[in-house]
Amino acid sequence: MAVAAITENYVGERLDRVENFHGNQVLYIGWDHHLMFCAPVAFPVSPQAPFRQVLEELIPGAFSLHPEFGEIDWDEVQWHLNGEPFTPDMDATLAEQGIDHKSAVRFATPGLNGIKGCGS
Amino acid sequence: MSNRKLNLKDKYRLLTRDLEWEYSYRDYEEIFKQESFEGIKITDWSKWEDPFRLTMDSYWKYQAEKEKKLYAIFDAFAQNNGQQNVTDARYVNAIKLFLTGVSPLEYQAYNGFAHVGRQFGGVGARVACQMQSLDELRHVQTQIHAMSHYNKHFDGFQEFPHMHDRVWYLSVPKSFFDDARSAGPFEFMVAIGFSFEYVLTNLLFVPFMSGAAYNGDMATVTFGFSAQSDEARHMTLGLEIIKFMLEQHEDNVPIVQRWINKWLWRGYRVLTLVAMMMDYMLPNKVMSWQESFEVYFEEAATSLFKDLARYGIEMPAYAATAIEEKEHLSHQAWSIFYNYGHAAAFHTWMPTDQEMDWLSEKYPNTFDKYYRPRYEKWREMEEAGERYYNPTLPMLCQTCQIPMGFTDMENPTLTSYRQSEYDGERYNFCSDGCKDIFDHEPEKYVQSWLPVHQIYQGNCGGAEMEDVLGEYYRINLGVDNLDFHGSPDEERWNAWHNLQPAEDKLKEAS
Repeated sequence: MAVAAITENYVGERLDRVENFHGNQVLYIGWDHHLMFCAPVAFPVSPQAPFRQVLEELIPGAFSLHPEFGEIDWDEVQWHLNGEPFTPDMDATLAEQGIDHKSAVRFATPGLNGIKGCGS
Repeated sequence: MSNRKLNLKDKYRLLTRDLEWEYSYRDYEEIFKQESFEGIKITDWSKWEDPFRLTMDSYWKYQAEKEKKLYAIFDAFAQNNGQQNVTDARYVNAIKLFLTGVSPLEYQAYNGFAHVGRQFGGVGARVACQMQSLDELRHVQTQIHAMSHYNKHFDGFQEFPHMHDRVWYLSVPKSFFDDARSAGPFEFMVAIGFSFEYVLTNLLFVPFMSGAAYNGDMATVTFGFSAQSDEARHMTLGLEIIKFMLEQHEDNVPIVQRWINKWLWRGYRVLTLVAMMMDYMLPNKVMSWQESFEVYFEEAATSLFKDLARYGIEMPAYAATAIEEKEHLSHQAWSIFYNYGHAAAFHTWMPTDQEMDWLSEKYPNTFDKYYRPRYEKWREMEEAGERYYNPTLPMLCQTCQIPMGFTDMENPTLTSYRQSEYDGERYNFCSDGCKDIFDHEPEKYVQSWLPVHQIYQGNCGGAEMEDVLGEYYRINLGVDNLDFHGSPDEERWNAWHNLQPAEDKLKEAS
C-alpha cells in the first residue's frame, strides 16, 4: 500500500516530472563544509549540457561569493553523485554520465575548510 | 412535575448520547465511511470518556466573557500606541512570522476538526472535535485582531493569507497541515490532537507568548492567556483519543506508534521556525531553544511516554535525532533566512555583539566553533556595503519542504543528504525521519508542491525573481523584505524614539 486512501489503488500526481521543466532537469549542487551557503542549491539545466558548463557557469554563479572560491584546485576536488564517489567527464553531457533529473552532486575541497576553518 | 433544572453532566449526556440517532435504514459503514480505512479497530464507542463536558450554552457564555476582556485590552493597546512600547522594532518580525506561519494553521485546524467531527461513529468524540473546531476558528480571529494593530505601523502583515498559500518558507507549516487534513480522521487526531496540541504545544506557544510578555507586546500576550483554557481542553482531547484507540484493540498499537513517530518528526521540523525566533528574533530573550526543548520536550515527553509504555507505545523514533540537533537547529534556521532574506516577508539581521555573547553562553559547544565566524564574516560583508544574499534557490526536502540546511550530527558541517528512488524517479530528503515518511506513503508525497520546483516550472508568475517575489508572493519589495538595517520599519522606529541610525553614527565618528 503506497498510501492510506479511501479510494483503492490511489495514484498521486507526480508534480515534479521532468516533462514539467520545459526541456530542463533539476540539478542540485552542494559544496561540502561551506555552510555560508546554507543549503545545496537547485538549478534547472539541460540534460544535454556538458559538465564543463556546470563547472564554468553554474558553480561560480552559486558559490563565487565565498572568499575561498578562488583558491579551489579543481584537479583535487572530490565529487559525489547521489552519494557515490564520481569523476565527472567535462565534455560528456549530464545525461551521458548518469546525472539524471533531481540528482545531487556534492564537491569537497580538501584543505579548504571554510571561514576561519569553521566549515562555513 | 419533575425537576426541570439539569446538572451539567445530565445536560451533556442529553446533548451527546441522547441526541444520537439510531441508524435504522442505512448501514453504519455508509454513514461513517472514513472510520475503518486506516486500519484502526473500534469495538465500542461507548467507552469514550469525554475529556470536557461542555454544552453549547455554557461554551458561548464563557467564551463571550473572555473575549470581552480580550478586546478591551486590544483597544487599550491601540489607544496607548502600544506598538511604540515593544522592546525594539526587530521584535515585530516574530509577530509577522506568527501571523503568516501560525495563525493560518489555526484556520486549518478549524477545518480539520470540523471534518473529523463528522467522521467518527462515537458521538462523544464528534462533539468534542466540533467544540475544538469552534475554538480554532475563534483563535484565528482573535490572533488576527491582536496583530492587526501592528499592520498600521509595520510592513509585512498585509497579505498574510495570500502569502501562507504561496511563499516558500510558509509552505513548511502549510504542507504540514495539508498532510494532516488529507489523512484519515484517526491519523488527523494523532497528528494534530495528540502530537501537535499535546506533545509539542508548549514548545510553540510558550516561546511566542512569553516572548511577547518579555518584549512589551501586551496584545499578543493577552491573546495567549485567553487561549490557555481552550488549549487545556485540546490537550486532554489529544490524550483521550490516543488512550481510546490503544484500549480499543491491540492491532491499533503499531499503527498509532507509526503515526506518533511520523507526526512528532513532522511537528518538530515545523518548530524549526520557533527555534530561530527564540534565539534570534526576540530582543529580550526568554530562554534558549535548547533550554526550552529540554524542559518541554525531553523531560515532558520522557514522562509521557513512560506513561504510555503500558499500552506498548515507545518513545517516538527520531526523538534522539531531535535531541542531538538542539545545539544547532536555531543557528542553521537563522542562516537559511539570512541567506534568503531578500525572498522573505520579514526582516533578518546579524546579532549584535551582546547577542552573540548570549548565544556563546547558551551554546558553549557549538556557537563559537561553528557559527560565530560565519556571522562575523557576514557582518563584515554588510559593513562593506555588500550584505550577503544567496544568489541561487535552495534544494528542498521532499517531505518537510525546508531548505536542506540540516547537517549530520556526527559531522555537523556536512549537509545531511538522503535519497529514495520511487517509480523511476529520485526524491531527496533532509533526514531519516523525512525519508521514512515518504517511503511509507510515496503516493502522497510525490505530490509535494515544492516552491523552488514550482518556480522553475514557471508556475509562480514571470521568469524573473522580482515577478515571483513581488507579484506572485505579493512581497512589497524593498519594504517587507531585506535586512532590518535600512528598512522602513527601522526608519519609522527611529523616528518615533528620536534614535539615530547606526550608519549615521558611524559616519559621524569617522
